[in-house]
Amino acid sequence: MTNQNDMLSPEAIKKIDREVAKYPADQKQSAVMAALVIAQDEKGWLSKETIAAVAGYLGMAPIAAYEVASFYNMYDLQPVGKYKLTVCTNLPCALSGGVHAADYVKEKLGIDFNETTADGRFTLKEGECMGACGDAPVMLVNNKRMCSFMLPEQIDKLLAECK
Amino acid sequence: MLEIEIDGKTLQVADGSTIIEAAHQLGTYIPHFCYHKKLSIAANCRMCLVQVEKAPKPMPACATPVTNGMKVFTHSELAVKAQKGVMEFLLINHPLDCPICDQGGECQLQDLAVGYGESASQYQEEKRVVPDKDLGPLVSTDMTRCINCTRCIRFTAEIAGFMELGQSFRGERAEVMPFIGKTVDTELSGNIIDLCPVGALTSKPFRFSARTWELSRRKSVSPHDGLGSNLIVQTKHDRVMRVLPLENEDINECWLTDKERFSYQGLSSAERLTKPMVKQGGEWKEVDWSVALDYASHALRDVAKTHGGAAIGGLLSPHATLEEMYLAQKLLRGLDSENIDFRLRQSDFSADGKRKGTPWLGMKIADIGRLDRVLVVGSFLRKDHPLVAQRLRQSAKRGAQISILHSADDDLLIKLAARAIAAPSQLPAVLAEVVKAVAELKGVAADPALAKVGAGLVDVNAAKKIAASLVSGSDGGKCAGILLGNFAQQHPQAATLSALAQQLAGLLGGSFGFLGEAANSVGGYAAKAIPTAGGLNAAAMLKDPRHAYVVVGAEPELDCADGAQALASLTKAAAVVVLSPFKSQAMLDYAAVLLPVSPFSETSGTFVNTEGRVQSFYAAAKPLGEARPAWKVLRVLGNLLDLNGFAFNSSEEVRAEALDGQPEFVSGLDNGIDGATLNLTASPNGLERVADVPIHFSDPLVRRAPALQQAADSAAPTARMNAATLAKCGLASGDKVKVGAGGTAAVTLPAQFDAGLPDGVVRIAAAHADTVALGAMSSVLSVEKA
Amino acid sequence: MALIDTINPLLTTGWSKGDAGWSLKDYEARGGYVQLKRILASKMTQDDLIAEVKKSVLRGRGGAGFPTGLKWSFMPKAAPEKYVVCNTDEGEPGTFKDRDLMRFDPHSVIEGMIIAAYAVGAKLGYNYIHGEIFDMYQRFEEALDQARAAGYLGNNILGSDFSFDLFAHHGWGAYICGEETGLLESIEGKKGQPRYKPPFPANFGLYGKPTTINNTETFAAIPFILGMGGEAYLNLGKPNNGGTKLFSVSGHVNRPGNYEVPMGTPFAKLLEMAGGMRGGRKLKAVIPGGSSAPVLPADIMMECTMDYDSIAKAGSMLGSGAVIVMDETVCMVKALERLSYFYFEESCGQCTPCREGSGWLYRVVHRIEHGEGRPEDLDLLNRVTDNMMGKTICALADAAAFPVRSFIKHFKSEFEYHIENKKCLVDPEVQRAGSGFFKAGAA
Ligand SMILES: Cc1cc2nc3c(=O)[nH]c(=O)nc-3n(C[C@H](O)[C@H](O)[C@H](O)COP(=O)(O)O)c2cc1C
Ligand code: SF4
Ligand code: FES
Repeated sequence: MTNQNDMLSPEAIKKIDREVAKYPADQKQSAVMAALVIAQDEKGWLSKETIAAVAGYLGMAPIAAYEVASFYNMYDLQPVGKYKLTVCTNLPCALSGGVHAADYVKEKLGIDFNETTADGRFTLKEGECMGACGDAPVMLVNNKRMCSFMLPEQIDKLLAECK
Repeated sequence: MLEIEIDGKTLQVADGSTIIEAAHQLGTYIPHFCYHKKLSIAANCRMCLVQVEKAPKPMPACATPVTNGMKVFTHSELAVKAQKGVMEFLLINHPLDCPICDQGGECQLQDLAVGYGESASQYQEEKRVVPDKDLGPLVSTDMTRCINCTRCIRFTAEIAGFMELGQSFRGERAEVMPFIGKTVDTELSGNIIDLCPVGALTSKPFRFSARTWELSRRKSVSPHDGLGSNLIVQTKHDRVMRVLPLENEDINECWLTDKERFSYQGLSSAERLTKPMVKQGGEWKEVDWSVALDYASHALRDVAKTHGGAAIGGLLSPHATLEEMYLAQKLLRGLDSENIDFRLRQSDFSADGKRKGTPWLGMKIADIGRLDRVLVVGSFLRKDHPLVAQRLRQSAKRGAQISILHSADDDLLIKLAARAIAAPSQLPAVLAEVVKAVAELKGVAADPALAKVGAGLVDVNAAKKIAASLVSGSDGGKCAGILLGNFAQQHPQAATLSALAQQLAGLLGGSFGFLGEAANSVGGYAAKAIPTAGGLNAAAMLKDPRHAYVVVGAEPELDCADGAQALASLTKAAAVVVLSPFKSQAMLDYAAVLLPVSPFSETSGTFVNTEGRVQSFYAAAKPLGEARPAWKVLRVLGNLLDLNGFAFNSSEEVRAEALDGQPEFVSGLDNGIDGATLNLTASPNGLERVADVPIHFSDPLVRRAPALQQAADSAAPTARMNAATLAKCGLASGDKVKVGAGGTAAVTLPAQFDAGLPDGVVRIAAAHADTVALGAMSSVLSVEKA
Repeated sequence: MALIDTINPLLTTGWSKGDAGWSLKDYEARGGYVQLKRILASKMTQDDLIAEVKKSVLRGRGGAGFPTGLKWSFMPKAAPEKYVVCNTDEGEPGTFKDRDLMRFDPHSVIEGMIIAAYAVGAKLGYNYIHGEIFDMYQRFEEALDQARAAGYLGNNILGSDFSFDLFAHHGWGAYICGEETGLLESIEGKKGQPRYKPPFPANFGLYGKPTTINNTETFAAIPFILGMGGEAYLNLGKPNNGGTKLFSVSGHVNRPGNYEVPMGTPFAKLLEMAGGMRGGRKLKAVIPGGSSAPVLPADIMMECTMDYDSIAKAGSMLGSGAVIVMDETVCMVKALERLSYFYFEESCGQCTPCREGSGWLYRVVHRIEHGEGRPEDLDLLNRVTDNMMGKTICALADAAAFPVRSFIKHFKSEFEYHIENKKCLVDPEVQRAGSGFFKAGAA
């Protein structure tokens, strides 16, 4: 059962409708990825109720929506901190300090990958190639903001910015 | 046709065939896991890799289309190396503990590992562990064994019609699961047990109760719905341990409904009647067979002598075997009673005496899939005939247009072309509108008797949409079929619905028929278990109480159209002789003698399925306790009553007499009615009852199967209404309501919102102890807040 | 960063203004949409259009290098419903060219897609954009709005009887959606699990309808090809390797970034354009076509020219044009460990050999790197890759196998050293210094 709290807001529905409109009328399910992102942005993470609500709205089986939510790794199936930092440690980035950048953040925040700081501010994730290897080291903030050339100074600045 | 060579053998295959299909045609086995002929091709397990001439890489036989002149090598060095490589990968994360696995002995992975596995794997890393899932009371999981073939997932999505399982996460972390907190609730769920090639999905009721090699197996036939699914009944020490499908493409294909698969648990119910019993001075006593039979024959003879044979009524379960029905009617006729019937839930008998023959499906079961236009009339199709629904689901995917005319809009999980949902009393009128619309589209005159149908009453547009769909089929509807479901057959204007369907089929040049409700809905006619002129039908002999009844295999309070009336009449009767595998409190109240007879698993017998196919079977186990096959009991009773023609040595002899030989299909199948009078008027005042017979309550055996009784489909009855009706009655979903028939409040049930019902109806299940008191399945009810 | 250096710029002509030059009016000022207008005005036939693209010998820039014109010609003419799809799911480690195309010149991609739609008779198209570059997705949506407002998209484009609409669809973190059929599944709202082929997308693509799918750079090249003519484009490069190509140079060079050079440009030249080796250190190895391509040792690489044929001859693949440059501070076992982890992490999970094999490979390499290697491990790794390659639905299993095999082949002694001595051949301190992370401003 979806309870009131987990229903999608009218704003979210509006955004989802805009996505649905991109696809042929009988292909609403195509909007599920965008809809889950919209829902995740609104709720902070994807609970099973939220996923069921998205599935219901798009007329798909809940497990089909769950398959999607669990397949793509930028969906959060667990609560995360206010700022989710994803550091690319893949080889091209690593050659230019990706792993060191991650270590640096770990030390600064006192957490490891997949952990959240006690104050709930930061969650740290290890990322795969973000398609920006020329800017290494790169980091994503809350999935949508790409930060380039993350050397110690830049990392310090970013962490200070994230209040 | 294409020519292909497999391992040096040449053969012709149809265009579009895959290598694995071609190999199958040749009898060459190619190892595989994900491939299943009834499911879409996933090509993910990679076990079926074979060598194809000129292809640089091994090709998956399941997914590679045959091209003309193709040369395939299934056992070449390249093929075997690829297959062994895949097998090694499959085993690295699979527990190697076959001796404690429930699938042990019937595991495809185990079998193939023997042929394609190396004795020791070089995998020395940590093995994956996958948490188990709760799929409900029927299917048990051991997910660490799962090889991700996705057969179960594809089954739920493609065959059962709703994706209840999925493969979540990805890569090595991929896990097969239902949505969080959900179970697998389809009425076909047990098939995923058969489909699972390893021990990841096993039968919960069967779990760890026996090893396969300890089981004896016998072919049998399902005693439930009219399809007559073929079964393999497995026993250990004369106890049925498991039931599996016996593949028969013409009937059940390779599937079984959960009802057919798990009802066997009812065979060992604590309510099994294992000793003959007689009531003396209000006290029940267990007695010897001879005493009980003596008692029964005397009682019947007495009533016949004092009140005449017509004072006796015979109520036969439509799930009884042909032989049982045949001997029972012979016995009753021998006592000069013409009151014999097996059509216990029927309420309109106006066609009796006018039928041209035995009502039946009107076509072969396999031909259902060849219809390109189908109208289902009055059917809870998915629950009443799950495997017919499954066939139509596949038809719809192939482009057939399926429509429904019914009093409830349950989700059939079939893509529907059109639907008309109307109150029961309006069904004939809507169907008449369909007939008129088809006539108009065809430019022919409709039956003038239909002219007076009040158009204002019904949803004419829905009827027109159905008509348009039917006419749009090939040759203007020659491949159309009208199927009348249980609800239509139980309807108080059943004969009218049938006559209209006949007209409709006539206009289209298509066919029409009845979806047989029970295992012997056709067999009962063949066994002559219906009254001839002067006799009383099932409803009449209960409405007009008899002095004595013979009840074979039925629980009339649950199995008759009006359970309350049945109970009252039986209770009033001086002598009720019951032949039953089970005893119930109701029986103990009304019966005078209880004769323990064998359920289908403990007797030989015959079911004639809805297409008229004669299917005989042998006992799979010895009768429990002192139970005896009912045909034998009836034979002895006939002898004790000094009746002629009871000298049978075997059930085969009974069948031969009943069917006049040993035909593959019974003769006399004909849905025609001569001089049917249409009854199109009906305007009930008040809330009309829509009564379904829930899938797990339809007969005495399934009602006693514990695992099925815990399934989602076995929920307690509620009073379901649409929003308007709830509002009109001042109710909210969840309210307790008093439901009454004829003014007196009879039962209290929770109200439940059901958007799929028409206005002015309340849907309350029949065949359930909670609702017996409501009486007739079709009636007008009052509903008020309790 | 915007463009650093180029020879014969086509695709990158618009990049010079950086983030200030991407919008419609800038594109039009550079001659954008002129080719579309010309095609529509002249009612060029589909066959002529495809013939022109064939002449250019443009080969798909997504990795497989399949001739684009030929691919378009596979589309069934009669089908009523067809699609064009652009693959901007750039996730191959080392590749970052499509991101810059989206960023600095999205309209060239839009124009290329409209022309492709015209050529194959599609009415609807999608651009699937890597989830991690969400800002580029947003920019592309803006560019689409501009194009729609200007009448380049929608019904009766520029008053012609040709209608086509285009939308953006974003990924959300799955490398496998770069594989074209995984991508199509993803647009359909499912997991991005690749489909078995045949049938190929040209017959059974998006929503089961005929679909042409090309890489972003492939589409972006189309307006330029039509502008200069197929033959002139071909002649920019070398035979069988038409035109210019974007190379994403990453790793141990002084100026990582995208470089557009004619096909056939010597690797040495490209390295020089990228500023040479960081800190003047010695080149050790190069992965010339994205992480899935086999690694080549420095000496072999220095002999190569940057085109499909030369790199293939050297035993690797030009792939997506991602050039990962590694100097002597790299431990090859550790480098392989990270790549193997990537394929293990990104396997979609449907094929047994890939699902099970990618984890096996990673675990063994991980063990070796962590001092728990066994002498038989190298044979084992080769055997496991053998059982994976060519046995799966898509090429990810091969992509997981190639690095393992090539790293072991060319740097076997380093692996053996690891197994024997339970530590790196390259001193950890040296490795640490290689990244430049700790000396700010190293680039
Ligand atoms: C595992 C895998 C990942 C791929 N990733 C990409 C990608 O990120 N971008 C891309 O354009 N093509 C990628 N491809 C290639 C596509 O499948 C396809 O060949 C390409 O998009 C076709 O476009 P083209 O002909 O223009 O190159 C990938 C293929 C595989 C097997
Ligand atoms: S090879 Fe791997 S990634 Fe490709 S389809 Fe198979 S399992 Fe998925
Ligand atoms: S049976 Fe062919 S891949 Fe599984």
